[in-house]
Amino acid sequence: MTADLHWLPASPPDFAARLAAAEALPEADGWDALRALSRTRLDPARTGRLDRVVSRRFSGREPVRLALLGSSTLSHLAAGIRVGALRRDLRLTVFEAPYGQYREAIDGEGSDGKDLAAFRPDTVLLALDAADLLGPSDPDAVGDAAIAEALDRLRALWARARARHRCTIVQQTFLPTALPLMGGNEHRMPGSLAARTARLNAALREAAAEEGVDLLALDDAVLRHGLEAWHDPALWLRARQAVSPAAGPLYGDLVARLVGARLGRSAKALVLDLDDTLWGGTIGEDGLAGLTLGQGSAAGESFLALQAYARDLSRRGILLAVCSKNDPETARLPFAAHPDMLLRLSDFAAFTANWDDKATNLRRIAQELRLGLDALVFVDDNPFERALVREHLPMVAVPEVPEEPALVARCLADAGYFEAVALTDEDRSRAQAYARRIETGGVAPTDLAGTLAGLGMRLTGRPFDALGLPRIVQLVNKTNQFNLTTRRLREAEAAALIDDPDALTLQLRLTDRLGDEGVVAVAIGRPADRDLVIETWLMSCRVLGRRVEEGTLALLAAQAARRGADRLVGLYRPSDRNGMVADLYPRLGFIADGEGRWVLDLAGYAPPGDLPMVVDVV
Amino acid sequence: MTEEAALAELAPLFEEVFGEPVRLAPELTADDVEGWDSTRMIELVIAVEARFSIKLTTREVDGLGTVGDLAAIIARRAPR
Repeated sequence: MTADLHWLPASPPDFAARLAAAEALPEADGWDALRALSRTRLDPARTGRLDRVVSRRFSGREPVRLALLGSSTLSHLAAGIRVGALRRDLRLTVFEAPYGQYREAIDGEGSDGKDLAAFRPDTVLLALDAADLLGPSDPDAVGDAAIAEALDRLRALWARARARHRCTIVQQTFLPTALPLMGGNEHRMPGSLAARTARLNAALREAAAEEGVDLLALDDAVLRHGLEAWHDPALWLRARQAVSPAAGPLYGDLVARLVGARLGRSAKALVLDLDDTLWGGTIGEDGLAGLTLGQGSAAGESFLALQAYARDLSRRGILLAVCSKNDPETARLPFAAHPDMLLRLSDFAAFTANWDDKATNLRRIAQELRLGLDALVFVDDNPFERALVREHLPMVAVPEVPEEPALVARCLADAGYFEAVALTDEDRSRAQAYARRIETGGVAPTDLAGTLAGLGMRLTGRPFDALGLPRIVQLVNKTNQFNLTTRRLREAEAAALIDDPDALTLQLRLTDRLGDEGVVAVAIGRPADRDLVIETWLMSCRVLGRRVEEGTLALLAAQAARRGADRLVGLYRPSDRNGMVADLYPRLGFIADGEGRWVLDLAGYAPPGDLPMVVDVV
Repeated sequence: MTEEAALAELAPLFEEVFGEPVRLAPELTADDVEGWDSTRMIELVIAVEARFSIKLTTREVDGLGTVGDLAAIIARRAPR
């Protein structure tokens, strides 16, 4: 694995021509064109070329000032930092001290110290090496006093830097380059530099939090990409480069994230496509039952990985929004009715589903959330949509997400769009605040109850008849999910039920102001003493989330009562597909009778007062 | 791979690193090319290693005197 900028789209083949063209443009346009190039997957050479043009062309612009101080060679990292800043629309200049002279630079000893004071750094980045701070491995050492001493020296250094330069301090965590002397139980050798590096990195977290110092967590980056991607022992010996130049563009981006986070440049909202992004399949074509989502298949779970990551991000203050090409009702259906969805409508601060182009919709979302377009990250599996948004809204971050859905969340995490240096109570409650705003302010009609109430639904029950037979048989035999007993029915059996005076049969048709959904549910009951036993009950998943099951129960109860039954008795026979109705009967108010059946006393039953539909029997 | 072929394949890498075409010849040295400093040298080595899927050793890098030396290493080490 290489430490590259894999979430960015490939650098263009005509890079050189674009670079030259950008340099020739007037100031503002030139900056925008160079920033656009910075948002491509640049290798070290192109990073250097872009940096040279920016430094030449925009030397006059008031910059953010960063001092790059450390104990190894660092000059090869400055270009990546400047380009990382450009990626965040920041012009940044880097102060470099002579090799190894970080203390002198901070303390103002000699000419370099004066230089740093004159530079007036906004940020000092301390890129130190474990061997420099801790010395070599010491086989005779006992205890870990060395760690405490090293931390004391670091704290003193931070205090001096802050007192003299009044700047933000970023401490790079220590690259674990020391070789183990024992192996997996290295920590049992207190004087091992490898063990001390690990311990120092752990202790650094607490110390930095106490002192208000931000960390550049290179040790975490090494976990991600492997030590080879970050450190080359040959280059260390040749040029004292602790960080390999090949990792320079990513190193620069990691630094620029921290600088940007302190300046409010981190993204604030995650905008998600739906079909083949949040779930597998197309809800408008495949229907609820045809979606790939959730437990039971690796593909289904891989979509949940992104949902889980998005939900966790929202809990720490990142707003979520939907931007989907769909009918609005269709797009909302899985959130309301798919049992495996982790994300709920209430998790979203904005929900845009229509047939307009996505650039237009992203503008609307930004407006609705009162955010700049540069605060949005847009995730879409479709390369066309990504390209369209990048072209029309270059300030929106659009990661080049992998085709493998299991890797999309990882890609977002690697891109570091949401880098934060602190977590506040406001962050934790932000998503809820937006959700409340939607409920009360009604910015968008995301509230499902209101939507349903406005649909003008009518559910009409009719006994089985010859005309309805083909559809009844089809529905009974192909419905797997919302199906309480999964009893199949041959056409002759269904026909026999038409003339069976004992059987209570219902085919249920749903209409609304948008049209006729046709027969969407079927129920068959049989009397047993004073009970009416529901042998078959099933419903098309197309109408999940519209409370049709409650309407169906209202009709069943009325029919049963008319036939003189005292109770409705429901059966649930689990299959490998019908888990979504395992709790249907208790949800509808049925009581377990202790023998695996569910019982509803008709004397105590009344249809819900807020049922958003008219129900009748013809 | 011959040294001539390696030299030909180096041309786009030099253009990529220096931002403009460089007339390559076996006897060319860093002193002959404006802007060929230690930073460009590092970028060049990275580009060569990525392009030919090889890792140059410290001894090879230290021993580089001319573009011809680099082409010779590539000719010897590059797969195919």
